[in-house]
Amino acid sequence: MGKAKANAGPLARRPDNSAFKQQRLPAWSPMLTAQTVLPFFYGMAIVCVLLGVWLLVTVQNTHELKVDYTHAGSCDKCFEKRKDRANANQSCNCTVVFNIENTFKGDVFFYYGLINFHQNLRQYMDSRDDGQMIGRNKNLKNPSYYCEPFIKDKNGLPIAPCGAVANSMFNDSFTLMYHSAAGSRVVPLFRKGITWYTDKNVKFRNPQVENKTLTLAQVFEGTGQPLYWQKPVYDLDPWDRNNNGFINEDLIVWMREAAFPNFKKLYGVLNRAIEPFTDGLPAGNYSVLISYNFPVEYFQGRKEVVLSTVSWFGGQNNFLPVAYLVTGCLILLLAVILTAVWWKFGKNGRNMKE
Amino acid sequence: MEQIHWVRHRWQQLVAAESGQGRYSAPDAVPTKSSPKLHNAQLTGKRRTVIARHGPYQHEYDSVSKGCQGNGIRTTKYSLLSFIPMNLFQQFHRVANLYFLFLVMLNWVPVVEAFQKEITMIPLVVVLIVIAIKDALEDYRRYYKSDKIANGRICEVYSKKQQTYVDQRWQDVRVGDFVRLSCNEIIPADMLLLYSSDLHGVCYIETANLDGETNLKQRQVVRDLPQGSELTPENFHSRIECENPNNDLSRFRGYMEHPSNARVGLHNDNLLLRSCTIRNTETIIGIVVYAGHETKAMKNNSGPRYKRSKLERRMNMDILWSVVLLVIMCLTAAIGHGLWLRNLEEASFLIPDTTSPALAGFYLFWTMIIVLQVLIPVSLYVSIEIVKLGQIFFIQNDVDFYNEYLDSRIQCRALNITEDLGQIQYVFSDKTGTLTENKMVFRRCTIAGVEYPHEENARRLEVYKQEEDEAMGRSHTLKSRASAKSLSCKSLSCNRSSVSLHTLTGHSEGEGEETPSPTLPRHSAFSSPMEKDVVPDPFLVQKLNCLSSPLFLLMDASMELTYIVDFFMALAICNTVVVSSPNQPRHVSRTPLKSLEDIKMLFQRFSLPRFSTLSPPHTTESTRSFTGRLFARGKPATFTPSEEDKIVQLNPGAWNELIYEAESPDEAALVHAARAYHCTLRGHSLERLLVELPGMGSLAVHLLHILPFDSTRKRMSVVVRHPLTKQVVVYTKGADSVIMDLAESPKGAEQSESRQGHIREQTQKHLDNYAREGLRTLCIAKRVQTSTEYEVWLKRHAFAETSIENREELLLESAQRLETNLTLLGATGIVDRLQEEVPETIEALQRAGVKVWVLTGDKQETAINIACACKLLRSTDHLLTANCGSKEACKALLLELRAEMECGEAAEGTSGFTLVVDGRTLEFALQEDLKGDFLELSRCCRAVICCRSTPLQKSQVVRLVQDQLQVMTLAIGDGANDVSMIQVADVGIGISGQEGMQAVMSSDFAISRFKHLRKLLLVHGHWCYTRLANMILYFFYKNVMYVNLLFWYQFFCGFSGSVMTNSWVLIFFNLLFTSVPPLLYGILDKDVSADTLIKLPELYKSGQNSKAYLTSTFWLTMLDAIYQSLVCFFVPYFAYAGSDADMLSFGSPINASSLLIILLHQVIESRTLTWLHALLLMGSALFYFSFTLVFSVVCVTCSPPNNPLGVDKLQMSQPLFYGVCALTTMLALLPRFLFQALHNSICPSDTVKAALMDKLNPDDYCKRMQRWNQTQAQSKTRSLVINVEDSDIKVPDPDFRLPSELKEGSATTGSLLS
Repeated sequence: MGKAKANAGPLARRPDNSAFKQQRLPAWSPMLTAQTVLPFFYGMAIVCVLLGVWLLVTVQNTHELKVDYTHAGSCDKCFEKRKDRANANQSCNCTVVFNIENTFKGDVFFYYGLINFHQNLRQYMDSRDDGQMIGRNKNLKNPSYYCEPFIKDKNGLPIAPCGAVANSMFNDSFTLMYHSAAGSRVVPLFRKGITWYTDKNVKFRNPQVENKTLTLAQVFEGTGQPLYWQKPVYDLDPWDRNNNGFINEDLIVWMREAAFPNFKKLYGVLNRAIEPFTDGLPAGNYSVLISYNFPVEYFQGRKEVVLSTVSWFGGQNNFLPVAYLVTGCLILLLAVILTAVWWKFGKNGRNMKE
Repeated sequence: MEQIHWVRHRWQQLVAAESGQGRYSAPDAVPTKSSPKLHNAQLTGKRRTVIARHGPYQHEYDSVSKGCQGNGIRTTKYSLLSFIPMNLFQQFHRVANLYFLFLVMLNWVPVVEAFQKEITMIPLVVVLIVIAIKDALEDYRRYYKSDKIANGRICEVYSKKQQTYVDQRWQDVRVGDFVRLSCNEIIPADMLLLYSSDLHGVCYIETANLDGETNLKQRQVVRDLPQGSELTPENFHSRIECENPNNDLSRFRGYMEHPSNARVGLHNDNLLLRSCTIRNTETIIGIVVYAGHETKAMKNNSGPRYKRSKLERRMNMDILWSVVLLVIMCLTAAIGHGLWLRNLEEASFLIPDTTSPALAGFYLFWTMIIVLQVLIPVSLYVSIEIVKLGQIFFIQNDVDFYNEYLDSRIQCRALNITEDLGQIQYVFSDKTGTLTENKMVFRRCTIAGVEYPHEENARRLEVYKQEEDEAMGRSHTLKSRASAKSLSCKSLSCNRSSVSLHTLTGHSEGEGEETPSPTLPRHSAFSSPMEKDVVPDPFLVQKLNCLSSPLFLLMDASMELTYIVDFFMALAICNTVVVSSPNQPRHVSRTPLKSLEDIKMLFQRFSLPRFSTLSPPHTTESTRSFTGRLFARGKPATFTPSEEDKIVQLNPGAWNELIYEAESPDEAALVHAARAYHCTLRGHSLERLLVELPGMGSLAVHLLHILPFDSTRKRMSVVVRHPLTKQVVVYTKGADSVIMDLAESPKGAEQSESRQGHIREQTQKHLDNYAREGLRTLCIAKRVQTSTEYEVWLKRHAFAETSIENREELLLESAQRLETNLTLLGATGIVDRLQEEVPETIEALQRAGVKVWVLTGDKQETAINIACACKLLRSTDHLLTANCGSKEACKALLLELRAEMECGEAAEGTSGFTLVVDGRTLEFALQEDLKGDFLELSRCCRAVICCRSTPLQKSQVVRLVQDQLQVMTLAIGDGANDVSMIQVADVGIGISGQEGMQAVMSSDFAISRFKHLRKLLLVHGHWCYTRLANMILYFFYKNVMYVNLLFWYQFFCGFSGSVMTNSWVLIFFNLLFTSVPPLLYGILDKDVSADTLIKLPELYKSGQNSKAYLTSTFWLTMLDAIYQSLVCFFVPYFAYAGSDADMLSFGSPINASSLLIILLHQVIESRTLTWLHALLLMGSALFYFSFTLVFSVVCVTCSPPNNPLGVDKLQMSQPLFYGVCALTTMLALLPRFLFQALHNSICPSDTVKAALMDKLNPDDYCKRMQRWNQTQAQSKTRSLVINVEDSDIKVPDPDFRLPSELKEGSATTGSLLS
């Protein structure tokens, strides 16, 4: 650049008189004064309030029911039983009864919830091997050191799936019963399709072997099951052979660590093909049969069952609509104050006078 | 002139004293008569012995020259091999990089590991690579552009094999080599001049590459060498002893020892410095004494300067606060983790281990340091560097700093103190050349007590000024090439040479391109048409014409006439001017000539023997006898009619085209003045001067000695044999104070004594008048010596000259012996005009709250006068003068002045006080016990003028004010005498003008006119400061805001150091997504437009008071950041609480909204948004969203613990995500938005008011501007009204009246200086 211009004669070094180099680029200066921000404030206030009202209506149309079953109903004895680690292998079943007052219209989701379970603990979260879960043979027999100390069982076999996350998998199972005048019947739940598409199809894969005829048990031969598990990973779902191994949907759901210590995880979705559940869950009496396995007393935790419907804006959480309403009102209030300020100071540029 | 010379000398002495210590400690050890061998044994460590490389002492050569460097130079820092290790080593000297390194290593410790090992390395690697690329590019350019060229130049070096001179590259030249150079070649190394083709053993060099001075300087062949034939290196038996290499350009000491043990002293005049150019001399031969990096030119090349700005110091404090904050946060997490663990029994989600909660807490502390590392804004340092480069780019490209006359822009030599320009509180300015043009123009003179006012001359000067102003005006409106060309023709006097660092390595910039077209004569130093044209005073001309009229027969008249002729004779010859004529071009071609034939051809054409062409055309015997009688005084001469014709013929016709090249502008001015009276200097060689006198034609004057100027004597003299009387005459020219003391009445006739007394009295009166007019005064005197007197003096002088060690002192003493009993001839007044727009600039600076001090070596009266002219002093100002002779008096005076000031203040009134201090008083005032009082006094003054101050005092004053008052100082000057002051001040500004390049070389910024200071400070300073301050605050805000999000999460994950974001995104968030917009913000943001900033200098005060970056601002920003992070965390938290959201899904809206908040925060904070801003802001946001989206699709098993697969894709398809982001962003920015709006409406700062004005339409803008200025003026007039009533106030302009004590004391004031 310099060379070419150096030949230009006596004014060779004269800088370009361009808008950029002379810092004269046309610019928008957002000078904030009461006057300039007023329309913006009023506009925002209106938008926020309207949005808040709309969202509130939307959210109010959803339903949610939580049933804490930690030691409710007949689960009390199971709770006592699980206090002792020695009873870990004994099964315990209990029932909790509850009542739905209004019909849950639309898709109903069945969650289990845990209180005070820190899935977001750093050491806990790190203790997994995504390479193993995606079905890499190398990692199957030789899991990442991140899984320590859940990497080998007492026989020295590599654990599949390794790590603390898989090890602590939630293992209660539920059967939801509907008690109507016509008698009691099991509420049909889809136990599949509860995971993210990417998780089910990309992130979790069973180990790939050349010999396609091998059973899953043979594929997982030479690995041990996680210490707290009663069943090996290839035998998690006895009813659906395709829902076993690393692609078991309960496992996948569990492996997606929750953000907070109090969380719920999807267990099933109401099958609305069957009468009388075509519109959703009708009002009435229900009970849940629980196979009570997961101990929570060690960390002062609680367990619950959550039934919920969702809108386009997610589940029943009033915070956001209310927050919008409050913000809208706040902005409106500020706008009024600013108007006063504008009357007093800002009109006709009076603030410019000394 | 004296002042300049004197201070320059003083400065050089200072430098010499500093650098010479230890190098040259035992001066008395050498010149004894003990055997030289012994000396060599003793002194080899301290000095250098040079013998010819191919001379007779081959065996000895190797041992002697072992320690000497070759001539190859390497200004690069690295070589190809050493780049990586060296660069890494240097980079790890930065604390910031060490911090990164520490984090990386910490992450390798398994128990505290927070992220994957690679991820923590990314910031470090990115920073290292960015800096390494920058360093490599700089280094490569240095190598490619300068070193390679300099080393590869060809010069002729004597080769033993071929027994002749052969071409060699510069880098192969060694100490002891014989080098032959031709005209216009560049000198490859420091060499002793052994042979010159010039008959007188003289060679001329141009030092433009070294110091920017384009006038020729003479160098002499070492004395007592066989001359005539070219010397043969084979037979060079002498041995050279000289000092070890040092950086003192003006000193070289040593001796040459011949085989006969005879010694010849060597001094600076024998040394040819590397990178100077040979001019006007056909061939020279020299022996290399210093080569390569040991040359004086390279030793002076110190490279760019590094200063730390005030803002950065402030920022470092706040970084410490960040560290404190970090430690607090980490401690909180650590303690929380410990307690949390203790309350838990074995939970199934806990990894079973035996670590105690306390130890786990301790580990967690370090983990948290890694997690929250971004809180320390380490990337800030890199960003600041980039921003400053950008700011400098814009400063350098400002077309307002372009000077068409010099074709120069502003030079930014210090790269990292741009924002200091916006915080200046004190400006220390030199006077000559800084406030004034340093274009000396002869204005008037007094001879033998008679004043010649030169009215016509004054009028002429006015005309020139107008013309120049018009030219300036035209140049601003017309942009066509043609007009520009005509302008450049007008500006012939300007030095076009520019000195950059590269030229010092011998590479002159733009070689070849710069060759001026033959129609454009090359600019010569100090001879603009204005300086050349002196309109003679008619009365004086008339008197001079008496030489040819019968009137001079009268005794008195002839007496006066001798004075007049002597006066002009002294003006013409008492100097070191080099004369050349334009048909003797110095710049034939810059490319080296190909063969000797070419050179000879050239010289036949141009360089005819000087005196043959300049031979006197009209010298006749009769003239000589006639004037001889005149000078013999009193003898009546007969008048012959033939004389008259001669005088008529004397009009300079063919000789009009002489070019005078002087070392200082006033020398040239005087020579031109003499020429106007037909007393023309025609030639100047080592032994003879050729002078043309009216009525006498050309006379060759035998030059016996030149006693050059030095600062202690403050005068220079020439000793000549008078061409007519054949007497030895000493002509002396010097500062009035000195000459007036030395001018004693000659013993002899009483009549002449009284006459001398009368002349002295009258001259003194005129001198006072001149000073009051702001003229620079010089006295001219002479002394006639009898031949015996001269013989005696000559003997002792010869001894002084040959002595090696105490030479300076002896020479000084010898000169003082000669310069006594002078006959005062007269005095001259030289005008040095103010530069354009100086008063406006000073007024603007004062309105901006900057205190302007003028530090000058000039006389008090001159200084005050200039101060008045440039409106530093207003008519309403109360002038306090401090002149005293002793410390006690000084103390009393300071107290008295203070009391006086309090009185003045109590009387409610003066627009300000101005203190005038002279050098002597200043010396007392600067002493430890008085400096407090002095500061107290000067602090209350609006302006301070220090006159008669030495360079050392200048720097002391700057240092005193800077250290004691804790203020930001700026020093501006143009000459070598200002160098120390420029270096001491926070910001040093050099003016590239008439006085060489030393000030520029030591400055941080170099401008060409004083008026540029206004825009530099008021606009660029203001901008740079606000921009940088805002950017730094923004950086702190950004980091705190983001890092706190991670911190809040710790309360929900058992303080375990989890992050809800993918670690890649976390690291990139600062490094990529939000790093570029702040840079643009720091480079381009404009709070107020340039026009308004110039028109309302008061806006500068915001920078002075560090308004943009106060402690309160910092903490407010911090609070805001914490608030924003709280909003940004808890809105999503409550929105997602109780849902089945996983951790990364929760982090996704947090990240997105924090990005939006951070970017929009900048939009709120920015004062201007151009399409560039829009582009980058949008680009950043888009980059983030596309990155996370792509990452969530592509990354299958990457970043194992928290794998982002599918997360963001899913999140961004949900309305909840956008609902959360919108609310969060709005809520987070609301307070700042509101605060800004309220603040700007209710109590807008001046800056905001000005910015609002910018948005008005032109009419309203003008009105508002007027109103603003009126309010300013009102306060001024208010004080003015009161001032008029105040008795203390001096009478206003135009006749500025000096305080009475000043008037009577002026003569003594001058003499007090030593």
